[in-house]
Amino acid sequence: MPKDGIGASTVRREDVRFLTGKGRYTADINLRHQTYAVFCRSDIAHGRINSIDTAAAMAMPGVLAIMTGADFAAMGGNPAGWHIPSRDGSAMREPKRPVLAHGKVRHVGDAYAIVVAETLEQARDAAAAVNADITELEAIVDMAAAVANPGHRVHDEIDGNLAFDWGWIEDNRAAVDAAFAAAPHVTTLELTNNRLAPNAMETRASIGDYDPGTGDYKLYTTSQNPHLSRLLIAAFVMGIPENKLTVVAPDVGGGFGSKIYHYGEEAAVLAASKALERPVKWVADRSEAFLSDAHGRDHVTKIQLALDKQGNFLALRTETLANVGAYLSNFSTATPTFLHGTLMAGPYRTPLVYVNVKAVFTNTAPVDAYRGAGRPEATYSIERVIDKAAHELGLDPLAIRRQNFIQPDQYPYTTPVGLVYDTGNYNATLDKMIELADIAGFEKRAAASKAKGKLRGIGYSTWIEACGIAPSNLVGVLGARVGLYDAATVRVNATGNISVMTGAHSHGQGHETVFPQIVADMLGVPASSVDIVHGDTSKIPFGMGSYGSRSLAVCGTAITKAVDKIIAKGKKIAAHMLEAAEGDIEFKDGKFSVAGTDKAKAFGEIAFSAYVPHNYPLETLEPGLEETAFYDPANFTYPAGAYACEVEVDPDTGKVTVESFTCADDFGNVINPLIVQGQVHGGVAQGIGQALLENVAYDAQGQLLSGSYMDYTMPRADDLPFYTVDHSCNTPCTHNPLGVKGCGEAGAIGSPPAVINAVVNALQRGGHKAVTHIEMPATPARVWAAMNA
Amino acid sequence: MTKISMTVNGKAVSGEVEGRTLLSAFLREELGLRGTHIGCDTSQCGACAVHLDGQLVKSCTVLAMDAAGGAVTSIEGMQNADGSLSVIQAAFQEHHGLQCGFCTPGMVMATAALLKVNPKPTEAEVRHHLEGNICRCTGYHNIVKAVLAASGQDVSAIAAE
Repeated sequence: MPKDGIGASTVRREDVRFLTGKGRYTADINLRHQTYAVFCRSDIAHGRINSIDTAAAMAMPGVLAIMTGADFAAMGGNPAGWHIPSRDGSAMREPKRPVLAHGKVRHVGDAYAIVVAETLEQARDAAAAVNADITELEAIVDMAAAVANPGHRVHDEIDGNLAFDWGWIEDNRAAVDAAFAAAPHVTTLELTNNRLAPNAMETRASIGDYDPGTGDYKLYTTSQNPHLSRLLIAAFVMGIPENKLTVVAPDVGGGFGSKIYHYGEEAAVLAASKALERPVKWVADRSEAFLSDAHGRDHVTKIQLALDKQGNFLALRTETLANVGAYLSNFSTATPTFLHGTLMAGPYRTPLVYVNVKAVFTNTAPVDAYRGAGRPEATYSIERVIDKAAHELGLDPLAIRRQNFIQPDQYPYTTPVGLVYDTGNYNATLDKMIELADIAGFEKRAAASKAKGKLRGIGYSTWIEACGIAPSNLVGVLGARVGLYDAATVRVNATGNISVMTGAHSHGQGHETVFPQIVADMLGVPASSVDIVHGDTSKIPFGMGSYGSRSLAVCGTAITKAVDKIIAKGKKIAAHMLEAAEGDIEFKDGKFSVAGTDKAKAFGEIAFSAYVPHNYPLETLEPGLEETAFYDPANFTYPAGAYACEVEVDPDTGKVTVESFTCADDFGNVINPLIVQGQVHGGVAQGIGQALLENVAYDAQGQLLSGSYMDYTMPRADDLPFYTVDHSCNTPCTHNPLGVKGCGEAGAIGSPPAVINAVVNALQRGGHKAVTHIEMPATPARVWAAMNA
Repeated sequence: MTKISMTVNGKAVSGEVEGRTLLSAFLREELGLRGTHIGCDTSQCGACAVHLDGQLVKSCTVLAMDAAGGAVTSIEGMQNADGSLSVIQAAFQEHHGLQCGFCTPGMVMATAALLKVNPKPTEAEVRHHLEGNICRCTGYHNIVKAVLAASGQDVSAIAAE
C-alpha cells in the first residue's frame, strides 16, 4: 500500500489553493462583456400580482433587460424529485414552481423579476425602480392553521394546503394502535424541530453564458450536483436539449443540502443571457440567501412510545406536520418521508412503528434537505421520547437504550419501516462513548459545577442513519423519479498519470485528496499522480452529485469499479506484451506479472503501451487505457453511533454552555481519518447550533425576522468546545467493496437530542423536576422560563 | 470616480473608485485579488478580513477611499517569500482547519492578527478572537487547534488525530 493510500490521514492537497486565495468560486469568475443581474423579490408573504411596471426602470442608465414571471410563464416548472402518494392513495399535489413568480407571490423573497444592467450598481438601482402592483393576501404561516383553514390557500387549486398525508407503513397502523391500547406504559412528547437556514458561507451565485453561434448554453453555478441541475433545467424547466447545456460548479463554498436544488435564478440568467447574447452574472447577498435558499427541518411532531414496565419498547407512532414552504423544492417531498419515516426504528428492536406525515404549504421559503435531511428529525424525536420514557419509568437512559438495541447477531435486520440494516454493533459504540466521555466521572464534575453555582447535566443519543443515497431499485419503490447511482471515468494517460472524472462534487469534503488515495491504493501508484475532475458536465460522464453522505459509498465505489476495469484491461495488455495467457497475469504492487515467473511490466509501461500500440492485435485489444463504470448500490449504508453531551446551565440567566461533546461512531472502513473527524466536528457544530442557537423565525404576517447574521445566531468559535471523536468501532458495510458507510451527516443527526437531553437533565438534577422538555433552540430565555415556570 | 493609490501586498497599486466602493470590491474587482471573500452584508462573517496598516479590518466595512495611501495585506500576501505556505497556513493544512475554503482567507488573516499581539494565546483567547469569523464547515475544532499549533504550542493532547 502506498503511504498515502487507504487509511492514511493525508493532508488535503486542495488546501493550498484555498489557503493562498487561489480558490475559484462562482463569484470569482468574470466573463468578457458580462452583465449583472439583480432580482426583484416580494416584500410581502402572500399577494396577487396585478401588474409589474418596468418602464421607468428600463429607462435608467445601463439597464439592458428586465424580465418578469410573465416572460417565463411558458416554461416548465421546477419539479419535486419524489412522488409521495397520500394514505388514501391520492396523488401528491404539486403546484407548478415557476422560474419567477407569476400571478401570485407566495413568500417574502419570492422573485418576480430579473433586472440586468451593465454594472451591478445600475442593476440594483433599477431593481428598486421596478413597480410591482401586488394586492396583499392573508399570509398562511402557522402549519396547524394552514390545515385547519382550507379556505386560505397558498395555491389556489389546493384546499387544505396539503401536498400529501402520508402513512408509513399504512398497513401496520391498526397493529400499532392495538399495541398502544394494550401497552402498560405510554410516553407522549410533543416537540418542534426548528427551522434552520443552511448558511453555506458562500452564497448562491450563477452566471449564464449563451453562445449565439452554436446555441449552446453554459451555466456556472453553486451546485452540489451539476448533472442533476442540468437535467432539471434542460428537460423540465427550459425545454432545451441536455447536450446544449453545460453546467459547471467550480469551487463551491459549502452546501449542506442547500445547493442540491435547482433554483429559478439559474434558468433566469440563462434566458437573460440568450436574450442579450452576453453573459449574465448574479451573486446572492446574504439577505437573499436567508430569504430564498431552501431552509431545513421545520417539523411539529407528536411522538408516542409504548413500553412495558421494564422499559422494553413495544410500539412507536408519530404524527408530524412538515412544512414544505410555498413550493415543493426538489427533495422536499422525500425529506420528511423516506429520509425520516424509514428511520423511525432507530437502532432499536421496536417491533411496531407507524409514522404519519402531513406536508403543509405555507407562505414561507421552501423547506428541503439540510445536512441530515429527515434523519435528524427522526433521531431527535426518538431520542427525546426515550429519555422522557426512561425518566417516567425511573430507568437509566443508557440502560433503556442498550436493552432495546438490535443485537450484532441479528443482521441483516429488517425494520418495521422498510429498511434492512446490513451490519452494526451499537453496544460497541455505546461502550466506547461511555469510556471516552468518562461517564463514571460525571458526578464529580457535576459537584464541581454545583460548587460554582451551575447546574450540570449529561445527555445521550444513540443514533442510526441511512445514507449512501441510494439504491435505485429501492428509491424507485419509495417514489423517487430518478435513479441514484453514480459514475466515474478513470483515464490513464500515456505517461502514467491519471485523471479521475467523478460524479461526486466536492464542496468541502476533500474528494481531491481522498479519491486519489483509493486509486493509488488499488493501482500501486503515488496518490500525487492522480487528479480528480469534478463539477463540470462536459468533462464527466454522469453523476448525481454529493449529498446524503453518498460521495464515498456511491461515487467512490464507482471509481473502484472503473479501476477494476483498468486493471482488467491492463492484464490484457500485459498478456500481449509478455506473450502470456491473460489468465496467468497477476496485478500486484503496481506490476503486471506472469504468475510464477519474474516476467513483469510496470503499470507505467502498460499505460505507455496502451497509447503506443504498434503491434496490438486490434481485433481483440483496443488501444487506450480509459474506463467508465456506473455503480448502483445494493442498499443504503447504515452508519451509527453513540453521543454524549455535557452542559452547564447558569440558573440565573438560563444560559447553556456545552462543556464536552463525545462521539463514538461506526462509519465502517475509513479512508482518511483526518477528514472523517473534520466531517463529524462540523456536523456536531451544526447540531449544537440547532439545539441551542439557530432558528428561522417568521412573524404572523410571514415576515422573516431572522434575515441576517444580526438576527440568526450562527455558532461561533466561542460557543463551542473541542469535541472528542472516535471511529474505531467499525463494522464495514457489507455491500460495497470499500466497506464504507458515510460520515458527512452523522454529527448533525446525532447531536441535537444529546444536547437537549443534557439540558433537561441539568434542570431535573437541579430540582426542576417538572421540566420534561425544552424546545430548540434552548435559548437562555427558554431555559430560564422553564426553571421559573 | 476618483483615483486612489495604496500599497497592497507590498506593491503600489492605483485605481478608479466611486465614493461608495468598498475596499473588498476594490481588491476583488479592481485588483483581481479574489481571495478576499464576501460572505455576508452585515460585517458579521469575517470572510473579507484583511490587514490595513497592520490592523485587522473587515474590508466590506472600509471604503476604498478611506484606505487610500494605506498599506493593505490580503490573503494573497500571506505566503512566505519563496512561495511556500506560512507557518499559519501550514498549520491550517496540517490540522485540517478548513473544508470548503470560503471562510479560510479571513481565518488566516484573523489568526495572523492575533498572533502578532498575543504570540501564545490560550484556547479561550483564540475562540474569543475568532468570534468575528464564521465557519460553517469545521465546527471550529481544527481551526482553534491550527491557531494554537501555529503559535508553537503543543496540540497533541487535543482530542482527535
